[in-house]
Amino acid sequence: MIRTVFKNFVSPRATRPYPIEVRPAFEHTRGELENDVSGCTFCGVCAKKCPSACITVNRKEKTWRLDPFSCVYCGICVDACPGECLFHTTDHKKVVLHKIPVVLTKEDPGLEKPEPGPA
Amino acid sequence: MSNTILPFGPQHPVLPEPIHLSLTVEDEVVRQAVPALGYVHRGLEMLTRKKDFHQMIQVVERVCGICSMMHAMCYCRGIETLMDIEVPRRAQFLRVIWSELHRIHSHLLWLGLYADSFGFESVFMQFWKIRERIMDINEATAGNRVIVSVNRVGGVRRDLSPSQCWWIGEQLDEVETELKAIESTMLDNYTVKKRTVGKGVLTKEDAWELGAAGPTLRGSGIARDMRELKYEALDELEFEPVVETGGDAYARGAVRFKETLQSIDLVRRAMARLPGGETAAKVKGKPEGETALRVEQPRGECMYYIKADGSRFLDRLRIRTPTFANIPPLTAMLPGIELADVPVVVLSIDPCISCTER
Repeated sequence: MIRTVFKNFVSPRATRPYPIEVRPAFEHTRGELENDVSGCTFCGVCAKKCPSACITVNRKEKTWRLDPFSCVYCGICVDACPGECLFHTTDHKKVVLHKIPVVLTKEDPGLEKPEPGPA
Repeated sequence: MSNTILPFGPQHPVLPEPIHLSLTVEDEVVRQAVPALGYVHRGLEMLTRKKDFHQMIQVVERVCGICSMMHAMCYCRGIETLMDIEVPRRAQFLRVIWSELHRIHSHLLWLGLYADSFGFESVFMQFWKIRERIMDINEATAGNRVIVSVNRVGGVRRDLSPSQCWWIGEQLDEVETELKAIESTMLDNYTVKKRTVGKGVLTKEDAWELGAAGPTLRGSGIARDMRELKYEALDELEFEPVVETGGDAYARGAVRFKETLQSIDLVRRAMARLPGGETAAKVKGKPEGETALRVEQPRGECMYYIKADGSRFLDRLRIRTPTFANIPPLTAMLPGIELADVPVVVLSIDPCISCTER
């Protein structure tokens, strides 16, 4: 036991002083769901495949609507997207005061999809 | 002395999930335990009428957070059986790797909670610290920490690169070293033994008669592990079920501890033999017919019954989870023990109530 006590004095700490030190995200982490609308055709495949029905696409009005609070971060829509414009960032959703859905139209600048890194 | 009926749960500091036990006590000794369930019923099986058979993978993953991979794997295997899909060998190995990683992190979580139930908080934190490495492996390889969502009908959605396998091996070496450092504290410590040896004894005969499953069954001396059915890539990975003969809370803890080390070995061997090739087969058509199949979850045998009528939606989905099987043995363990030992004995079956009620 004495050995363990002395070992604990010299060993580095097991915890991280969050939020001063934040662990960098892993490359394949499924964080927030984003749509690079410049490549979106509003085909609605993502809405059909989504198991939690958090995406709604209006093909006539060309709007893409996401309820990020219903999203389960499974990544099915990202795999299914024929235009490959859906992607997950590596950041987790921030805390918010009001649950506002994300509505994107063709005119929105949107977020550009990052280039894939080395595997 | 007359009998008193004490309510235990559904809200209790030691219980991670709600189960209610009516304990009939005489002085400090439990004479009878009557369980009551139904606090977290979600009706997930009914969702088969709303979600198609592909979307149901994400639903069954949420039956149990801790062993989500096994639920999805069992469900996918069922659908693949109905649709006559041959899963690529690489996908079968990857499924074994992720499911064994889930077993490791589930057992580590339980070992922590178990230590906490008899007041050993420092070991609780040690186990959860070790578990964090497994969560990191899950996040780095599959994208999420707990509900990994890697399964799809016909295979898996993610692959492991050689560099990832090497990194996982390194992390598992660390996990094994750290686990071995606290092995004697968990299995050979006077205080721990005082709180667990001889508590909640389930004899071999009772375990068999009452239909116990998983480590609860193996802790009573019956070598029965559903992985012996050699599903997925387990036909190439030999292993012996871990068995203890004590039948008490200590034996069940020892089984889980040794199984954690065994699973680390299984993951290593699966990664070493990982064949090349595709990770998913093409899926055409819709499932038709009925099937029942079993997998070994961290808590024991889990059974899926799937009935499909050739449409997008399944006709029937029935899930029998291991905790459901372990509740009758629990009611046999409790009579005769002191009230102070009830939390330890209840936790020793590793109750997952959200699994049980779905």
